[in-house]
Amino acid sequence: MSRFDRRGLETGGWGLVIAALVWCALPAVAQSRFPGVGRPATPAEVKAWDIDVRPDFTGLPKGSGSVALGMKVWDEKCASCHGTFGESNEVFTPIVGGTRPDDIKTGRVKALVTGDYPQRTTLMKLSTLSSLWDYINRAMPWNAPKSLTIEEVYAVTGYILHLGDIVPADFVLSDANIREVQNRLPNRNGKSQLHGLWDVRGKGDVQNAACMKECEKSVTVTSSLPDYARNAHGNLRDQNRLIGPVRGIVTASRGEAARTVAAAHPGRALADQHACMACHGVTHKVVGPALNDVKAKYAGKLDAATLAANIRKGGVGVWGAVPMPAQTGLSEADAKTLADWILAGAQ
Amino acid sequence: MATPTPGRVQRAPENFLAPADIAEVAAGRRGFLRAALVAASAGVAATAARASQGDPAILNLPEHTRGLGQPVAARAYGLPSKHEESLQRRESPGLTRVGAASVSFAPLQGFFGIITPNGLHFERHHQGWWDIDPTRHRLMINGLVKEARVYTMDDLMRLPSVSRMHFIECGANTGMEWGNVAVPTVQYTHGMLSCCEFTGVPLSVLLDECGFDKKRGKFVLAEGADGSSMTRTIPLDRALDDVIVAWAMNGEMLRPENGYPLRLVVPGIQGVSWVKWLRRIEVGDKPWGSKDEVLHYVDLMPDGLHRQYTSIQECKSVITTPSGGQQLLQKGFHNVSGIAWSGRGKVKRVDVSFDGGKNWQTARLETPVLTKCLARFNIGWEWKGGPAILQSRAMDDTGYVQPKLRQLREVRGARSIYHNNAIQSWKVAESGEVSNVQV
Ligand code: HEC
Ligand code: HEC
Repeated sequence: MSRFDRRGLETGGWGLVIAALVWCALPAVAQSRFPGVGRPATPAEVKAWDIDVRPDFTGLPKGSGSVALGMKVWDEKCASCHGTFGESNEVFTPIVGGTRPDDIKTGRVKALVTGDYPQRTTLMKLSTLSSLWDYINRAMPWNAPKSLTIEEVYAVTGYILHLGDIVPADFVLSDANIREVQNRLPNRNGKSQLHGLWDVRGKGDVQNAACMKECEKSVTVTSSLPDYARNAHGNLRDQNRLIGPVRGIVTASRGEAARTVAAAHPGRALADQHACMACHGVTHKVVGPALNDVKAKYAGKLDAATLAANIRKGGVGVWGAVPMPAQTGLSEADAKTLADWILAGAQ
Repeated sequence: MATPTPGRVQRAPENFLAPADIAEVAAGRRGFLRAALVAASAGVAATAARASQGDPAILNLPEHTRGLGQPVAARAYGLPSKHEESLQRRESPGLTRVGAASVSFAPLQGFFGIITPNGLHFERHHQGWWDIDPTRHRLMINGLVKEARVYTMDDLMRLPSVSRMHFIECGANTGMEWGNVAVPTVQYTHGMLSCCEFTGVPLSVLLDECGFDKKRGKFVLAEGADGSSMTRTIPLDRALDDVIVAWAMNGEMLRPENGYPLRLVVPGIQGVSWVKWLRRIEVGDKPWGSKDEVLHYVDLMPDGLHRQYTSIQECKSVITTPSGGQQLLQKGFHNVSGIAWSGRGKVKRVDVSFDGGKNWQTARLETPVLTKCLARFNIGWEWKGGPAILQSRAMDDTGYVQPKLRQLREVRGARSIYHNNAIQSWKVAESGEVSNVQV
């Protein structure tokens, strides 16, 4: 008996009894301690949010997608940030590279042992294919997550695997063959869960002793910050309090110090917020042009309102073959602030 | 400002003077000092007293002693003093490439006690942060439960809540230092660390309400509502222990950057599991192997294997004053102060060394000392002007002793990114300059 029918009977009214019977028809919860708090989720609600796919592929929706379609999706929606071959290191570490045909046989990526590949790419580390499928499905493209169809997720996942020579160019990845592909992942045997860092009752793997006297024979400094890096994090003088037992050391020359004090333009924060800096550098080209190059091209020739409109529209062909996506989430006012900031010489 | 030369240490209050000015003072030309002080404090002019009679900061009554201050609620939401502007969250250049998948570090060098002010809590976002409308935020619990349920913020905040103080540390804190010294100050070596009083409802209460499957349920998945929909697996026994579904930090609602209006608090466990903008908890029988459990937050071992689900933040400590990038102003007494913490329980003891780990003294632990929470330690030190290497070493109530970097590397190599809980060394030079070193 649930809490509801008991309450109904105690008060005796028929309406309540009927209401109670209706409640009873709903799936019964074991005795709630907090009546009236929360409600059952509908099946459609659970379906809308429960999108996770586990390593045993529980949760994977039926479907398929070809490497050919994957290439189209990649070039349109992914390559601008990750590079045509998934090799770009501009926005994030490379996705593809560092795996060899032999690794597919052993399931262990050799370069992780030898350390002779400059980066640890996604495919080098990937041990469960579900993780890649699930992540692309939930989070990519980065600036428009959950916009891909199921077919596109299969397709672009297959395309990434193809770029890593794990599946051939005519492959069609599907829920039916995904387990076979799992068995070809270069690093499928590359993980261990044998350590004491998950269970709170587990034991640490590194032990020290609480020695108090004459614990070291000699002490030598093995590493310190090189001189050229002293100011790499900005003037440390400005990162410490003006009172107290210590001060920050001055690491900047006078000119540099003055520059760090200059108040930040609100455009800078907007650019971070709207992920403009994922594709633009201030002084260097990333996917799109350097913002200072945009200034050089337009200052005095193009007004901020026009540039703001261009930012919102996006476009292609002015700076190269890679398109800038339309910035649909950007208000006119914010676009204007950004245009002002860029034309004033973004910093 | 003056760059100190070896052997010369800047004395307060002259420390805002250039070396030439200090020389003037040292030579007994106090008038020079007076002029400098007058120039430095606007609005004293006419009544300027002679420095020889005493400290102008006392003798010349300042504006705030002679005028009318600001009214109440002049700033409806209070702000720190303008003189505290130097303490801010900062990014480490070159660490990440884009601001919406990045980290900002908390300025530990300026903190007191154990609580992190909300505006200075470190940030780590994978796909940008949002200020979510709390009236439209929902939490769903599904999976191996009798009944999948949905809660509004109204629902959650009606439930019996708990308030507990815990630290949160990113698994990659101090990660830049595995191979060599890479960053100058404690903000960047240890600043992916914060500590708050969190308020919310224990996750166990919600799981009970939904009738979770006690036989088959072994893990829960926590999922965020942001674009990354961050997912992390948490063992069910941990979830039932002290995990909180929290809406408040330090007495106010969560800050948007920290997951407003709802986040998971997983005491002792690395920050990535404290899922922000929490929208869903699923009960299951196996781990989920999400992107951040397979591609990141995995510890690369020397044999090329990655350790997965390395979640616990083991016992660790660091001296925050004095620390890297700072300058001691005077010889003589110094209160050496720092923080210690353990993801397995309470800090039991902290020892401090002034000679690079040869000899150690036990520091004073300030109260409160709480489980999976920062603890503040202090120890007096007389700096005689010679070189020194300062270290702190914490021990927790399981008996675990914070390791030396050397010992960590012997077991785990130097290529990992995560879980570097090594003893930190700060070198004090004869000039009083403190710098980050490894021994
Ligand atoms: C606007 C830039 C951008 C676009 C466009 C983009 N990504 Fe990403 N991608 C990122 C960033 C940034 C990350 C890292 C996110 C993080 O730190 O959690 C990432 C991470 C990934 C990862 C995980 C890599 C790893 O090792 O963790 C995969 C896989 C991926 N993206 C695939 C895609 C695919 C497929 C598309 C196209 C459908 C796409 N991305 C479009 C920026 C982008
Ligand atoms: C996914 C990558 C990407 C993102 C995100 C992005 N841009 Fe661009 N942007 C580009 C590319 C590529 C171009 C060059 C387009 C061309 O050649 O016409 C460009 C061009 C521009 C231009 C020059 C336009 C012109 O008329 O010549 C401006 C200004 C600009 N972007 C500003 C921004 C701002 C501001 C944001 C954030 C609101 C932003 N971009 C976000 C890729 C991007």
